[in-house]
Amino acid sequence: MPPPPVRSPSRLLLCHCRLPFHISPQTRLPLSHNSSVRRRFHCSAVSAVSALSSDPQIAPTDLTTTPPSSHILSIRESLLSRRRTAADVAGEYLDRLRRTEPHIRSFLHVSETTMREAEEVDRLVASGKDLGPLAGVLVGVKDNICTAGMPSTGGSRILEGYRPPFDATAVRKLKEAGAIVIGKTNMDEFGMGSTTEGSGFQVTANPWDISRVPGGSSGGSAAAVSAKQCVVSLGSDTGGSVRQPASFCGVVGLKPTYGRVSRFGLMAYASSLDVIGCFGASVIDSAIVLNVVSGHDRFDSTSSTHEVPDYASFLMSTDHFESTPLKGLKVGMIRETIGDGVDVGVISSIKAAALHLEELGATITEVSLPSFSLGLPAYYVLASSEASSNLSRYDGVRYGNRATVDELNSLYGDSRADGLGPEVKMRILMGTYALSAGYYDAYYKRAQQVRTLIRKSFKDALEKMDILVSPAVPSPAYKIGEKVNDPLAMYAGDIMTVNVNLAGLPALVVPCGFVEGGSAGLPVGLQMIGSSFSEEKLLRIGHIFEQTLPNYRFVPPLL
Amino acid sequence: MALIFHRGIIANSQFFSRSSGVLFRRLRASRSCTSARGEGTANTLKEELIQVAPKRALEPNTHGFEAIIGIETHVQLFTLTKAFCSCPYVYGSRPNTTICPVCMGHPGTLPVLNSKVVEFAVKLGLALNCGLSMTSKFDRKHYFYPDLPKGYQISQFDIPIATKGFIDVDLPVEFGGGHRRFGITRVHMEEDAGKLLHSETGSYSQVDLNRAGVPLLEIVSEPDMRSGIEAAEYAAEIQRLVRFLGISNGNMQEGSLRCDVNVSVRPIGQSKFGTKVEIKNMNSFSAMNRAIDYEISRQVLLHSQGQSDQIFQETRLWEEGAQKTFTMRKKEGLADYRYFPEPDLPEVVLTKEFVDKLCQGLPELPEAKRRRYEKMGLTMQDVLFLANDNHVAEFFDASLENGADPKLAANWIMGDISAFLKNERLSITEIKLTPFELSELIASIKNGTISGKIGKEILFELLAKGGTVQSLIEEKDLVQIVDPAAIEALVDKVLAANPKQLEQYRAGKTRLQGFFAGQVMKESKGKANPLVLNQILGVKLKGES
Repeated sequence: MPPPPVRSPSRLLLCHCRLPFHISPQTRLPLSHNSSVRRRFHCSAVSAVSALSSDPQIAPTDLTTTPPSSHILSIRESLLSRRRTAADVAGEYLDRLRRTEPHIRSFLHVSETTMREAEEVDRLVASGKDLGPLAGVLVGVKDNICTAGMPSTGGSRILEGYRPPFDATAVRKLKEAGAIVIGKTNMDEFGMGSTTEGSGFQVTANPWDISRVPGGSSGGSAAAVSAKQCVVSLGSDTGGSVRQPASFCGVVGLKPTYGRVSRFGLMAYASSLDVIGCFGASVIDSAIVLNVVSGHDRFDSTSSTHEVPDYASFLMSTDHFESTPLKGLKVGMIRETIGDGVDVGVISSIKAAALHLEELGATITEVSLPSFSLGLPAYYVLASSEASSNLSRYDGVRYGNRATVDELNSLYGDSRADGLGPEVKMRILMGTYALSAGYYDAYYKRAQQVRTLIRKSFKDALEKMDILVSPAVPSPAYKIGEKVNDPLAMYAGDIMTVNVNLAGLPALVVPCGFVEGGSAGLPVGLQMIGSSFSEEKLLRIGHIFEQTLPNYRFVPPLL
Repeated sequence: MALIFHRGIIANSQFFSRSSGVLFRRLRASRSCTSARGEGTANTLKEELIQVAPKRALEPNTHGFEAIIGIETHVQLFTLTKAFCSCPYVYGSRPNTTICPVCMGHPGTLPVLNSKVVEFAVKLGLALNCGLSMTSKFDRKHYFYPDLPKGYQISQFDIPIATKGFIDVDLPVEFGGGHRRFGITRVHMEEDAGKLLHSETGSYSQVDLNRAGVPLLEIVSEPDMRSGIEAAEYAAEIQRLVRFLGISNGNMQEGSLRCDVNVSVRPIGQSKFGTKVEIKNMNSFSAMNRAIDYEISRQVLLHSQGQSDQIFQETRLWEEGAQKTFTMRKKEGLADYRYFPEPDLPEVVLTKEFVDKLCQGLPELPEAKRRRYEKMGLTMQDVLFLANDNHVAEFFDASLENGADPKLAANWIMGDISAFLKNERLSITEIKLTPFELSELIASIKNGTISGKIGKEILFELLAKGGTVQSLIEEKDLVQIVDPAAIEALVDKVLAANPKQLEQYRAGKTRLQGFFAGQVMKESKGKANPLVLNQILGVKLKGES
């Protein structure tokens, strides 16, 4: 099934008043006349394939600013039309991975069977059998998501060399859809961190500026998609771990509703907040991946039985956008996210994005979530409490690294002291404290009460608004090492995202602009938050937003 | 009837707080009892004690102290699969053969509740007269030990599935008998841990996770027991209940039923509890009885020597060899298990329909059985014997259904059948005799078709080989001889064969009648009706023919 070509309705969009330095120098366009911002909605298979093919260098003078296209659909189209083989595609990605990996270091493990699996897909193509929706698609999987027989460490030394005996449900579904797991991506240990500096193994660099962090904890997954080391990737989001790196790396990041995707096989950090999410270079790709991995799972009692709509086909059928495709959409801009402590460049990017939504027909209203600022402390109490419990199993007794000692208490003490990193230890200590007799009411219970308040304030706001928008992060990507010694500053970076996890809502981050930094500017992501199980709506809005956003190409200078 | 509660004498606040109407009469009784105590009339108390609890003498001498005993019982459920994964559990399997990533606590695995566990918990809750929590939840209880794969046990903390119930117990006649009602504080669902196998040298230990994740129900009693026998009978009643309900095999040796007993002692009249000591490692009810009585004596001795400060809050192990309890570990303050709600499992929500259905499906429980047997006019000894084992009770009930006389059926079961079972080491479910044939046998004796003696012979045939009473009687020609002419012929034959004895009899040695009767019976192969035989023999011996 080839993707339907999306054609441009010949219409004009108003020129945005943007400051030049907010625009990637590489993709900056003359803003002087209307014709230059005329949208061209062509993302035909041909153009998508050419974007993928041999020459990864993007001419800085490219003024066409093709909107992001679906890499998944173009791979599918080229396989079905026999233009390329899965082995070709895999070879191209692997070549690029080998070339870029020494700089980016997004993978903790690269599969040795990728080419073999691609050839398997080619045999399937040759046999004329039905192809799964992700046939030949190379997927990066965050290292805290279990892959049978492939190392899965959660970024922790304590699980060095651990190979799970089973696939996570999300991974199993990807494989059943024909996807090839290309490797395991780097992350902050067990998801605790916002930079990948907390990884027990290596620090991943941001493809936009390798002196900067890619964000975290799913930094490896975001960087790998940004650098086109893989087509799409899975991440996990407990307090923003998909959305924040998506924003830092200029890719689409989707955090589904809690329970939308099975957590079976996801190494638990904070069970009541953890969600598997995904990264793609376009909203369509994220939607296709979500389609595959969603649904109830009998191995996860918290997975929802809520019906899974066909997220992707809906987007693909959008042949023609009306002049104001978002007409009637009520968008609430969260007041608390565009004030003090937020980078001015980020604020103006977000305001510009809001303007763009307005041009598409939406009405923008500022809304206030009074409990917003309570989210961060509540999150750190709850997440640490659950983490202190969830990480108890890493004791060196049954798997993972075990200290060589003679006595039981030292076995526990030394295995955990040696195997766990400082951030993890700190959170275990905080969580243990919060759950201790006599402190439970003051911390855990109170945080749960705050969580209820937050849930309610989102519910109220989303009764009045269709979606809420905010920055995904208060700043662009930090320099590596910049916040290592300031955990509170690091935690403060999660202010935009943690509330959404506490409320269990879905959120989509779409690149929307740049701020100054690096050689090509640093991407900024717009976070769109919807009510529970409204992924379909978020993806539709995100898709329209992305396909109509003028002037930007989110391809990092590294390529 | 209300007196049955007096032996305890203790002002047990739990009883007073309970609101069940059924308890009203007993509450009143307890209350009057308390007021008597309030006046400090020690003598009246003593009299009451002696009056209603004759077995007091069998218990350790408590010298004006009383023991307070509470029991935590863990019942392993025999569901097909474990509580949170699909592994089977078979006692005695080779180590680590019934395990999976979930019960091993592998990263990324999640628990999924086995619905049978809820069903069994509700059944037990109902059987223990508890209130059910229509919405309950699971919590995590944290501690580190190599047999606990996840570093926490999934349990229920502040909202257990069942609370505030009671259990009725009839003490054995040989211990003085008496009816008791013990409060049940709560019943909650949880998972079992694995086992450590320690090497003989003690230099290493191995972990067997077969048992990890097996469903348990923990039953916590009120501190209502006062002696070893009460505690042992409480536990035995729990065992009967779970067996009657079909939720566990209740086997203590296999660890399917484990009791941790808390014992404290205080001077009678003091309301504050003494320091409590936990006793573990008792694998039979009689061991429980002895362990508790030993522990009570130990604590009473310390109290009476003014050394009550030498009673520590600790865990002591019962050692069968020494018949003593020994310190296992001293508790340094309360362990902090850092309970918090299990985020991986949704709340357990019961519907009225679900509960009603289970309620209707409950079998007759031991207490109801005992009361029913009692009403049939059986002695308490009989009642306890029959009702204490659900298989025996089933057998008994089935024979009654066929019209057997209760007292006669009870006698057969408790006498010859039970002796046979004991000799052959069989259970009543393994014998060839059916309840129907037992009732046939009883009927055949009652209507005079066969004699009691023949009945006994047939019984053993039926027990060992099976068959029907009817066919055995026919096959072996065992029908009782009641025809006077036939018996007379036999008597004549015997008299003729023993002229010497006949002469002696007629010379006055009349006790030889027994000898002749035996000979005639022998001649008839036991079939002669003894009444007719004796009548004819008497006449013949006197030579009146």
